[in-house]
Amino acid sequence: MGLTAEESSRLAALLDTNAEKLTASWTDTVTASLRGRLTRAELLRQVNDLHGAIVEALRSADFDLTAGGSGSLRAALVDLSRSRARQGFSASETAVTVFALKRALFDVVDVRSADPQVLGDLIAAGLMIDDLGLFTFENYAKTREELIADQAEQLLELATPVVKLWEGVVAIPLVGTLDSARAQVVMERLLETLVDTSSPYAIIDITGVPAVDTQVAQHILKTVVAARLMGAECIISGIRPQIAQTIVALGIEFGDIATKATLADALRHALRMIEASRKGRSN
Amino acid sequence: MTTDLGLGEPQVLTIAADQDVVRVRQLVRTLAVATKLSLVDQTKLVTAASELARNTLVYGGGGGAEVTVIDGGRRKGIRIVFSDDGPGIADLDLALTDGYTTGGGLGLGLSGARRLVDEFDIDTAAGQGTRITVTKWAR
Amino acid sequence: MERVPVLKIGDILLVSIQVDMQDQTALALQEDLADRIVTTGCHGVIIDITGLDIVDSFVGRMLSSIASISRVLDAETVVVGMRPAVAITLVELGLSLDGIRTALNVELGMELLARARAAESDDFDLDLDLDGFGSSATP
Repeated sequence: MGLTAEESSRLAALLDTNAEKLTASWTDTVTASLRGRLTRAELLRQVNDLHGAIVEALRSADFDLTAGGSGSLRAALVDLSRSRARQGFSASETAVTVFALKRALFDVVDVRSADPQVLGDLIAAGLMIDDLGLFTFENYAKTREELIADQAEQLLELATPVVKLWEGVVAIPLVGTLDSARAQVVMERLLETLVDTSSPYAIIDITGVPAVDTQVAQHILKTVVAARLMGAECIISGIRPQIAQTIVALGIEFGDIATKATLADALRHALRMIEASRKGRSN
Repeated sequence: MTTDLGLGEPQVLTIAADQDVVRVRQLVRTLAVATKLSLVDQTKLVTAASELARNTLVYGGGGGAEVTVIDGGRRKGIRIVFSDDGPGIADLDLALTDGYTTGGGLGLGLSGARRLVDEFDIDTAAGQGTRITVTKWAR
Repeated sequence: MERVPVLKIGDILLVSIQVDMQDQTALALQEDLADRIVTTGCHGVIIDITGLDIVDSFVGRMLSSIASISRVLDAETVVVGMRPAVAITLVELGLSLDGIRTALNVELGMELLARARAAESDDFDLDLDLDGFGSSATP
């Protein structure tokens, strides 16, 4: 939604001539709402940046936030919402930085004695500020979502360590519920570790997995097949009795995949295979 | 608002010879990297594109590929449309069965490609040519 | 058309695929390798696909063919260096590369070939008790 060219240029002039008074009152409102978590000097700098960007956008043409002339204004708003989101400010604490301009405008313009054209401009300015606020809020939400996604990813990595047990043997002890997304991460990390450590044997220990459904079993099976395609063998250990029962009940074929009761058994099995291949008999 | 990567503007390639299949793979890979698909998703999409481009060449007698970066709101994706004016596919269910082939291949092209993408749509009839649309979303 | 070079290292032929191959290049490689196995008398072939960022059904079929052809010519083939993303994609595609031996890297591939040869000559010695005649197969 945009403003006409006349409205834009009149607003630009209004903002520009009253710059000092505007930014002062604007900054005061923001400072009060943030209750001292950012210094007034810092906020004044941000408000000045925003003010400059808005005037520039208004001057470039008939104002439209999505148009090319508003590029640096958009950038300034994105910067603002990103830094607020990262610093842990709430959504309204972020939006107020933009909306405070409205109150500041009312302080500068004498609303009661203004002529209809000024009032019209003020309404137009109000609509513009709503746009800026909405844009800021959207970017704030986007940044928060990114933060959450990043944290979820970090958590996944923490929860799936791949350890080297022996020369040529790596193990991945799985703990907790395996959903599809996590199973995928597990699969990729295990296969990458096989390459990085050039280990031909991998042990997938599921002692800490409370339940196995068809999807999880499929993911484990796919991992084993993918590892074979790359030239490595997987051994599955720690299958608890209930899980063995579900696996059979679900009709999942583990085929010729080696399964062992404990991690220790699995390691022994892997070492035996390595020893056997060293003697050249396993092939 | 985002104008990078030519969002929404399809890039069109002709598939008429062997090396065109390579060019389709390369274009899809470039766009997949730019759209920030994960490494595994890039690999899946490029593999699917390779299968389908070869199908267009071998079974469709040549045609075209149209690659577009699309915006699905919260995530971006890549959409590829393969089209040819070849003989079309008479029995679609059969063609989508693992192991079914008329061209001496492994019969994994169509069914395999379908498993590698998020969305798969096929529009064909005997004598009407074939149009396959696949989409992969960035996670 | 580009050709993939085939190197002879001791008793082994090493092929390192670095380019995004056209289908014709893949077919040419298949022929070149068969020729080289016969002319060099090598008993092992290592195909290093570290450089391939995708393996589609066509390349998969080429690898299977090479393995079968070289077996007929009394040579063992090992495919090495498959990237994790490629392996995951192949599983999804449904390609199992039956009959192909694989190893994580060239070094492990060479060990695998050496063991296969050693096992063969061991059996030979044991079964026929030809100790006095010396071992003919080991280099």
